[in-house]
Amino acid sequence: MRENVLWSLIAVFVPFSLVSIGGGPSIFAGIQHQSVEVHRWVTAREFVDLFAIARAAPGPGSMLVTLLGWKVAGWTGAIVATLALFIPSSLLCYGVTKMWNHYRGRHWHTALEAGLAPIGAGLILAGVFAVFRIAGAGILSWAVAGIAAAVLGWRPTLNPLILLAAGAVAFAILHDGL
Amino acid sequence: MTPTRDHVPLASLFLVFFRVGLFSFGGGLSGWIYREVVTLRGWMNDDDFFSGLALSQILPGANVTNLSVYIGQRLRGPVGAVCALTGLVIGPFFAVIALATAYAQIATMPWIQDAMSGAAAAAIGLLLIVALKGAYGASRKLVPFLILMTTFVAVGLLQWPLVPVVLGLAPVSIAFAWWKASSDA
Repeated sequence: MRENVLWSLIAVFVPFSLVSIGGGPSIFAGIQHQSVEVHRWVTAREFVDLFAIARAAPGPGSMLVTLLGWKVAGWTGAIVATLALFIPSSLLCYGVTKMWNHYRGRHWHTALEAGLAPIGAGLILAGVFAVFRIAGAGILSWAVAGIAAAVLGWRPTLNPLILLAAGAVAFAILHDGL
Repeated sequence: MTPTRDHVPLASLFLVFFRVGLFSFGGGLSGWIYREVVTLRGWMNDDDFFSGLALSQILPGANVTNLSVYIGQRLRGPVGAVCALTGLVIGPFFAVIALATAYAQIATMPWIQDAMSGAAAAAIGLLLIVALKGAYGASRKLVPFLILMTTFVAVGLLQWPLVPVVLGLAPVSIAFAWWKASSDA
């Protein structure tokens, strides 16, 4: 029984690993369907809670699958689910970056790199908006982010933990009032 | 360009990603990685980092785990990739389970949730400064700047799907870079 559960964790998450183009958000809907309706690992309510926890915790949002594995089969489940989601995509990424770095210095590689760099920078800027949209951020969030960015622009080597702590304190004090 | 990169110790690589993984709340991870790898340590230059970031986003998988594999591979080969990836994921692995265990208590203390949102907002500031730095770097050259802004408007404001946007813009951007390099040479 327990082994069956581990196998189904693998069978569900390995394919998701390989289709999660654009990162975690692209597969959350599919994971929800599989774990709530198909396999009934968690209820819909539990899934929402786990999603919120994974977002609040440090690390990539796709650590959601760690929690699903943990809920279903304890520590073994957590490890199996995490590996199933991260290893296939990482192996693929390793192969691609190995080839990518192998041809470094060639004329076409330099052009590819110079061509992709502004797209990467544009995606980061878009990511800032996307994160705020998902979080349903208000004025206070933008203010804290703006001030943090300004401080880092002024002092690039400042330890960001200081800013995170300041942001946490500002929210804990002000959030009720705004 | 970066003569020290052959000597990046595996332990440093692991520790940098461990710290990024454990202390980065709410999606500011790429910004934090940029700060550690480019700004503080000079292990890579901007083009290296941003092109790797674009690759990481096109490939399947979480963007930051792909970015850690890219950086680890670039600096120290297969062992480097394993070190960076493990370092990134191991802290959050335990943190997320610890948080889930304590969730019932935390749910009754709203100020903790406020504090976590505040830390997350500050983390976005980290991402914002990297984005602005990239935009500033590109703004001196017209076409790369237009490509950057088009990417941002399409994916960020219009919420078009990322992969088709990147696949559509990449050939234009790369063709320009190719032409520019040829005409400069």
